[in-house]
Amino acid sequence: MDLIANLSLGFGVAFTPINLMYAFVGCLLGTLIGVLPGIGPVATIAMLLPATYALPPVSALIMLAGIYYGAQYGGSTTAILVNLPGESSSVVTVIDGYQMARKGRAGPALAAAGLGSFFAGCVGTLILAAFAAPLTEVAFKFGPAEYFSLMILGLIGAVVLASGSLLKAVAMIVLGLLLGLVGTDVNSGAARFSFDIPELTDGIGFIVIAMGVFGYGEIISNLGKHVSEREVFTAKVTGLMPTKEDFRNMVPAVLRGTALGSALGILPGGGAVMAAFAAYTVEKKTKLRPGEVPFGKGNIRGVAAPESANNAGSQTSFIPLLTLGIPPNAVMALMVGAMTIHNIQPGPQVMTSNPELFWGLIASMWIGNAMLIILNLPLIGIWIKLLSVPYKYLFPAIVLFCAIGVYSTNNNTFDIWMVAIFGVVGYLFIKLGAEPAPLLLGFILGPMMEEHMRRALLLSRGDWSVFVTRPLSASLLAVAALLLVLVLLPAVKSKREEAFAEED
Amino acid sequence: MNIKSQKDFFAGLMFMSVGVAFAWGATNYPIGDGARMGPGYFPLVLGVLLAILGGLITFQALVLETEVDNKIGAFAWKPLIFIILANVVFGVLLGGLPSIGLPPMGMVIAIYALTLIASAAGDEFSIKTCLILASVLAVGSYLAFIVVLKLQFPVWPAFITG
Repeated sequence: MDLIANLSLGFGVAFTPINLMYAFVGCLLGTLIGVLPGIGPVATIAMLLPATYALPPVSALIMLAGIYYGAQYGGSTTAILVNLPGESSSVVTVIDGYQMARKGRAGPALAAAGLGSFFAGCVGTLILAAFAAPLTEVAFKFGPAEYFSLMILGLIGAVVLASGSLLKAVAMIVLGLLLGLVGTDVNSGAARFSFDIPELTDGIGFIVIAMGVFGYGEIISNLGKHVSEREVFTAKVTGLMPTKEDFRNMVPAVLRGTALGSALGILPGGGAVMAAFAAYTVEKKTKLRPGEVPFGKGNIRGVAAPESANNAGSQTSFIPLLTLGIPPNAVMALMVGAMTIHNIQPGPQVMTSNPELFWGLIASMWIGNAMLIILNLPLIGIWIKLLSVPYKYLFPAIVLFCAIGVYSTNNNTFDIWMVAIFGVVGYLFIKLGAEPAPLLLGFILGPMMEEHMRRALLLSRGDWSVFVTRPLSASLLAVAALLLVLVLLPAVKSKREEAFAEED
Repeated sequence: MNIKSQKDFFAGLMFMSVGVAFAWGATNYPIGDGARMGPGYFPLVLGVLLAILGGLITFQALVLETEVDNKIGAFAWKPLIFIILANVVFGVLLGGLPSIGLPPMGMVIAIYALTLIASAAGDEFSIKTCLILASVLAVGSYLAFIVVLKLQFPVWPAFITG
């Protein structure tokens, strides 16, 4: 059994006391920052990334996995307690979660989210481990044309699944791709769009963009709202454990959510978000038991299903990242950046050249999940306390963490000027209703895409048909086209708008 | 002509101008052809694409009726200015600004300045709570970033540490 041998190798690497400690600290910090209102996982990871710089690669990745799960769970906590989704995938959790919290059932809601996520995470890890090896085989058959087409598919997928205007999302991706091109061109050595600023020849740092757009942009927009618009947490949390009745409702919902999430997460293009929406829709379609609370009024299934789907999806979305080196969403794009800082280029070669790291990372994801359960259910009281801290004390601290995080990336004040610019840009995006997540994805993919396109066309002597004559590349492009057509069909279009309208 | 969706209209204008700027900038670099692309090829294509997309978005904003309220609304100038200013002042104080002869003042002073300026962005401002918050943050950051994580930060002003 290769799977077991591989997993035991991974657990051998990850299960050392020191690495367990890093996983623990990562989870703790991730939840701590992630629970702050208005700070989503992207901003959290960007902010905490410097904390991993000093560590060896395996430990750093383990800590990052911890931060990632902590941030996600922290986001769900805020969503349930304060009615404030920190990211698009917890948007549906808010609907029933907040209603439960208002009825004093925040405890069971949080427990359902935690337990459901844990189960989904376990399944996701197994799927990831099982699929990683065969997919890596496929990845080695990929030439530049296939990579280019795959990235197109990933970007189209991200747009299709994003909420809001389709055209604007495409434009944001293209803008991200362009920003990613700033800096030295690897083929010719020409410094592009650098305005003769030496720091810009290295390109714009992805932390700068993530921090400025997701961190500062959000803070400014939050402060701009009137106090009454900022939801404050008032309800009390009594009792954590769901009742027997809750469990009976929860278990099938968790199972359905996990199955949906695992399947959709593999698709390039923000599977986790779609998984959460799809899972909620499925739950709404299933019949209510007698005496069950209707959806939208605080049904525990409305929390358990999307949270499990979300977590299973984010787990399986590591598959395209680790096997092909292509990030499927903004959070994964950030993970690519983080890995590059630790000198790891994600892709099929990681598994063969560095199996300890690869399987260690997969094992550490499970550990991160387990840590979350151990950490968060008992500590929930502390997170709730944190939410009752007035915003006027919180936001200067958030600004400070952003500034320190940005500075420590390169120990260079230039990044601080850049983040100021992107803070203004991020606020402008919010004002203009342009969602920034596709931009970050495009930003990471920009240089990769150009590289693969140039290589493919160099090999074909400038013949553009290479993208459609190679069968693998052609089928990837066909799927992308199909996705686009599907979304533009009137019937699907109204369904999609309906699904996303539920978030209001 | 009536603007149906203010947000989309200006977003389209933004995309158009950025696209044109990138495309125009790309013409400064060798473009090359399909087989041998120069550094200007890909940005030129993307810049043009972005400009076209921006144009479409602007056009839609003028033509398509929307039911949702798509007004941009007032800009929150106060938080915008104070948050960004706090960030910039933090950078200036932390690393110093050789062009005006300001030596690095170190992290502790920078934290106090950042907290004071950022707090001014909020609705209420009290100097006393601000100083307490800054002190808490300074001690906490010192412990977390300097003692535990051992990041290389100037902590005190350069003229004291020498």
